[in-house]
Amino acid sequence: MSKVRTRIRLPRPTIYVLLALFSLFCLFPFLWLLRSSFMTSREIFTLPPHLLPAIPQWHNYIDIFKVLPFARYFLNTLEIVALNVVGALISNTFIAFAFARIKFRGRSVMYALCIATLMLPQTVTMIPLFVEWKMFHGINTYAPLTVPAFFGNAFYIFLLNQFFKTIPTEYDEAAFVDGANFFQIVTRIVVPLSQPALAVVALFTALASWNDFMGPFLYLNDQNKYTLSLGLKYLISGYSVIGQWQVLMAASVLIVLPVALLFFSMQRYFIEGLTMSGLKG
Amino acid sequence: MSSSGAAHEMIIKNGRKRNYLTRYNNLWGWLFITPVVLGLSLWVAFPLGLSLVASFTKWDLITRPVFVGFKNYIDMLAFDPLFWQAVVVTVYYTLVGVSLQIVLAFGAAMLLNTKVRGMNFFRTIFYLPSLVPVIVSSTLWMWLYNPQFGLLNLLLIHLGLEPQKWVYGTATVIPSLILMSIWGVGNIIVIFLAGLQDIPKQLLEAVEIDGGNAFHSFRHVIVPLMTPTILYNVVIGVINGFQTFTQPYIMTNGGPANASLFYVLHLYRQAFMFSKMGYANAMAWFVFIATGAISIIIFKTSKLWVFYQGEDKK
Repeated sequence: MSKVRTRIRLPRPTIYVLLALFSLFCLFPFLWLLRSSFMTSREIFTLPPHLLPAIPQWHNYIDIFKVLPFARYFLNTLEIVALNVVGALISNTFIAFAFARIKFRGRSVMYALCIATLMLPQTVTMIPLFVEWKMFHGINTYAPLTVPAFFGNAFYIFLLNQFFKTIPTEYDEAAFVDGANFFQIVTRIVVPLSQPALAVVALFTALASWNDFMGPFLYLNDQNKYTLSLGLKYLISGYSVIGQWQVLMAASVLIVLPVALLFFSMQRYFIEGLTMSGLKG
Repeated sequence: MSSSGAAHEMIIKNGRKRNYLTRYNNLWGWLFITPVVLGLSLWVAFPLGLSLVASFTKWDLITRPVFVGFKNYIDMLAFDPLFWQAVVVTVYYTLVGVSLQIVLAFGAAMLLNTKVRGMNFFRTIFYLPSLVPVIVSSTLWMWLYNPQFGLLNLLLIHLGLEPQKWVYGTATVIPSLILMSIWGVGNIIVIFLAGLQDIPKQLLEAVEIDGGNAFHSFRHVIVPLMTPTILYNVVIGVINGFQTFTQPYIMTNGGPANASLFYVLHLYRQAFMFSKMGYANAMAWFVFIATGAISIIIFKTSKLWVFYQGEDKK
């Protein structure tokens, strides 16, 4: 192995100091979040501020369930997430397969059109889509938040398209000779071979719909249908004014926790997905 | 590309068969992409058309729309000072924010790529904030920015510096939101790092053999090979910048003194607070045209600075 160190010639300690500083910048807000979520409302407003709570106030986490139907919001959010994941997996698999593997007339035009929508800011369609859903009587239902997932998403189509191209065509050919049609090729050959890429699609979809604020905010007005982000927004409008920051912080922790758990258990897929999306962009 | 459909070519022996297979492929291809054809029509083409028509009307969503010609566009461009304020705020945030994000993320990725021990560990830490829902990060940073009890002023005071107003000051609100966006820069770091790890060793060695130093390999190998990834992140960053809504809506409600009146916030208010649907749709079309123009500029100029490796990969 030749020793190539043509990256940056910084002394090792400097590199570690810089990395440590940036790590602190990344982590400290989380620590502040946790710390504040365990304090009493009096403690949170002590000057000079304490670094840690004197006695961890676990009941802050119970209080949330008293002031808001948090469990219901949790289930509502899960329902939306599940529908989005199912929709994204089914629709994008077939669409991306067609673009990657079937030579049909108009393929490149349709693919280009599809990819072009990646560059369309939601700002443009936000209002007309709302009007459209109003025409469909979709306001205050989960339809606007879930139905579009079943119609494909340019980003995942791109991602899966890249992945499908790496699967050897010999498999399709063999199946084809055996009389399989494209539907069977997708379900019996491509899907089993594409677990990692499909996991990425599922994870990113789950994350995006779990984190979505704008959608629920625009479309839901019945409090019983709220999602977690909307519930938190509702809390903020009341609580930051009264200064119950510890409740807001505890609610925030509860919303982030599932995301963190998902990330730590499936970290490999997150990193892989980002890598796939960035390269050859 | 050449690989797809190979199955069929294999069995093709005569013209009739080819004809049949073409039809077979067309049928299955269009069948499989039916959802996205519907999706593009329902969620892109139809809204765009609807928006265009509505932008020439006065419409409150309740009574019938009234055709008003170009009035909304004229009002927007000539008579609404807040419209231009919103444009300036959004462009300021996007330009400065995206530039800083790209530079810092690139720097962090370069540092991680020096074969440091614990690279995975640092990468995980850097990535974590970008997972946080925007509603939570807005709540959290509002608290961090609290002038009296927030972490940041506490730190500044400890360091003997002047406490800041952060999101509560007209001059500091956008820089504060940019700082917050830098907190979430981890996904760009991961993408850049993956790109850096993909740079062929031989190229870096070649620079050394030719007597080049670290700067040379950075300037002539690393940066050129990374330009497609940089372009991708610039485009995504600009689009996200244009869509910014939740942070100002939750943290400042556009204030103080409209200093954080982002475009989408203004649009949202026109549509849902003042029921000016025609005007809001004109604003939407303005973004559509602006994004189109910017995309064309980015891609035209990208030919000058983006370097695409030929077919030497895979």
